[in-house]
Amino acid sequence: MRTTTARRNDFRARGHAAYWAFVVHRVSGIALALFLPVHFFVLSQALARPAALDRFLNWTQQPAVKVSETLLVLALAAHLAGGVRLLLVEFVGWRAEWQKSALAIAAALACGYALLFALVA
Amino acid sequence: MASGHAETNGIVRATNAQADAQWGRHARFAAWRFVLQRASAAVLAVCVVIHLASIIYGVRHGLTSQAIVARMHASAIWPAFYAVFVVAAAVHAPLGLRPIVDEWLGLRGRGVDAVLALFACVLLAGGVYAVASLAG
Repeated sequence: MRTTTARRNDFRARGHAAYWAFVVHRVSGIALALFLPVHFFVLSQALARPAALDRFLNWTQQPAVKVSETLLVLALAAHLAGGVRLLLVEFVGWRAEWQKSALAIAAALACGYALLFALVA
Repeated sequence: MASGHAETNGIVRATNAQADAQWGRHARFAAWRFVLQRASAAVLAVCVVIHLASIIYGVRHGLTSQAIVARMHASAIWPAFYAVFVVAAAVHAPLGLRPIVDEWLGLRGRGVDAVLALFACVLLAGGVYAVASLAG
């Protein structure tokens, strides 16, 4: 019974832009948390096995890897922009009329940075 | 009763003193999680802006192990910056995963907290080792 009510409320809440900001923040957070150990491992090869790191860096030049990299960079930028928005909501004060603008600015900054990365990388 | 439990309608309940102590521990842990998550987020906000700028600089100025190590050696500020970045990330990521594994996977309790604490240690050790490898 409780589940049914929760699902109905969820369905209504999903129409709100802040719900999608929540989903983006979670999914990007999971992606970054899973990526971090790999990132640290790859970078730790720099001193002990520089040739292995360079082989890996060469491998990342493939288009498919570039696309994945761009998505990761988008995740980082989106998690940053969404996180700053959350800190502002929690500590500076919640203003209902600002929320959609704050979400739009956060989304635009994240997408803008990912586009810049895609163009220079 | 002697063991510190009261029985009401067949349900064993902790006495007030026990319940208060348990609630106090829960509340303190929750408060620490909240404070550490926001404090690490504030540190990461600054770190990630610098990191995003350095990513663009890095891909434009050579992404080889030699170039990366050379940039890390350019100033002692970089290893110090990345050390702070690693500590903040090691605190932030496990605390962020905790409500996700609770709400989306239904996993909670001491076992989950132990695994997340281990994940924090892995991130901290791996991150410090990576910074040391690049700055060494």
